Amino acid sequence: MQFDLVSPERSLASMDATSVQIPGADGDMTVMSDHAPTITTLRPGVLKVESGGTSHEYVVTGGFAEIGSQGVSVLAEQAVAKGDMTQDQLDAMMDDAQDSYNRAKDGGNVDDAAKLLADMVAMGGEIGLSPKQPSL
Amino acid sequence: MPNLKDLKNRIASVKSTRKITKAMQMVAAAKLRRAQEAAENARPYTERFNAVMAGLASAAAGSDSAPKLLSGTGSDQTHLLVVMTAERGLCGGFNTNIAKLARTKAQQLVAAGKTVKILTVGKKGRDQLKRDFGDHFVGHVDMTEVKNVGYADAQNVAKDVLGRFDAGEFDVATIFYSKFQNVVTQIPTAQQVIPFEVPEDYEAPDTLYDYEPDEEAILADLLPRGVATAIFAGLLENGASEQGARMSAMDNATRNAGEMIDKLTIEFNRSRQAVITNELIEIISGAEAL
Repeated sequence: MQFDLVSPERSLASMDATSVQIPGADGDMTVMSDHAPTITTLRPGVLKVESGGTSHEYVVTGGFAEIGSQGVSVLAEQAVAKGDMTQDQLDAMMDDAQDSYNRAKDGGNVDDAAKLLADMVAMGGEIGLSPKQPSL
Repeated sequence: MPNLKDLKNRIASVKSTRKITKAMQMVAAAKLRRAQEAAENARPYTERFNAVMAGLASAAAGSDSAPKLLSGTGSDQTHLLVVMTAERGLCGGFNTNIAKLARTKAQQLVAAGKTVKILTVGKKGRDQLKRDFGDHFVGHVDMTEVKNVGYADAQNVAKDVLGRFDAGEFDVATIFYSKFQNVVTQIPTAQQVIPFEVPEDYEAPDTLYDYEPDEEAILADLLPRGVATAIFAGLLENGASEQGARMSAMDNATRNAGEMIDKLTIEFNRSRQAVITNELIEIISGAEAL
């Protein structure tokens, strides 16, 4: 099964994968070959790819995944290999999420923004960095 | 007849101008390669994104509950023109062509009784539109500090635009940029980003997708990102176009300087010859008089 991970700036990965675990907006889903064609949005999280016995992990935020007959393509607004993720990058992402939450508080979709923020914190914990505590 | 010293100085000055234009051309060529690479790297994302978005949008276009970014506000009274140009000049007609297209569009809209608002990205477009449409300016995004355009820069512009849309400041947004065809041809382009338009040549794929969460939620999530993606694509095209235009403009300048040097050198040699002939005549006639 073909797997592609692209960000707006470049293509990060293109490989033959046996399974891909996607952090979907409604929960994680693992895709193997011959999965039903699906489009799902992403929540901030870790994308795990199994390919020929080795596994690759990427931190992704925002975007969507398209599962088709040929394979999976993940279009993420921000995507970084897990090992390359730094505390600074996480902090910047947290600030962004906090910003949109603050804006949502005065008339907007507060629930969505709060979920985004909570997902960020969970993601930070998962990749072993210490996320800032959000102010809700 | 200009004296020899003056000619010599002029030749020297044109020579140093040629050196500068030659260097600028080479720098532009190097930057062009990088800009083209960046534009190419971004293509897979943009293509896939637009394909999925067109599919969702064409399915949802008819429904009443379609998001405003797709169905519009129900009016087209106020137009926002996002004019994206370079921060620097000396790149041929690049900035002028974009500004000209935007000006024509603005004039048409004003003539049709619409309200026009202009958001400029890049200093040069702002300078050129200031005289005719200065009172239509609603904002400016400064890109002077940006060396290589990143997605974050496009997001900043998109955030500005979307914020204004949410505040009800305009109904229709169009971006202006220059499409890069090759080094000599750049096509100034206007593209409507709000409301989102399904491309005319779009054909629905055979695959039927499952949607998670559901189609409307995905569409609502993707539409704002679509604005950023379109702006990002525009900025990248602009980046390549600017360098391409500068490269050919500087190539022309270098060639013109070369021609000028040749002409001046001939003139210089002629006058030197004339001076020598004059001197000889004086010497000979002096000797004959003795």
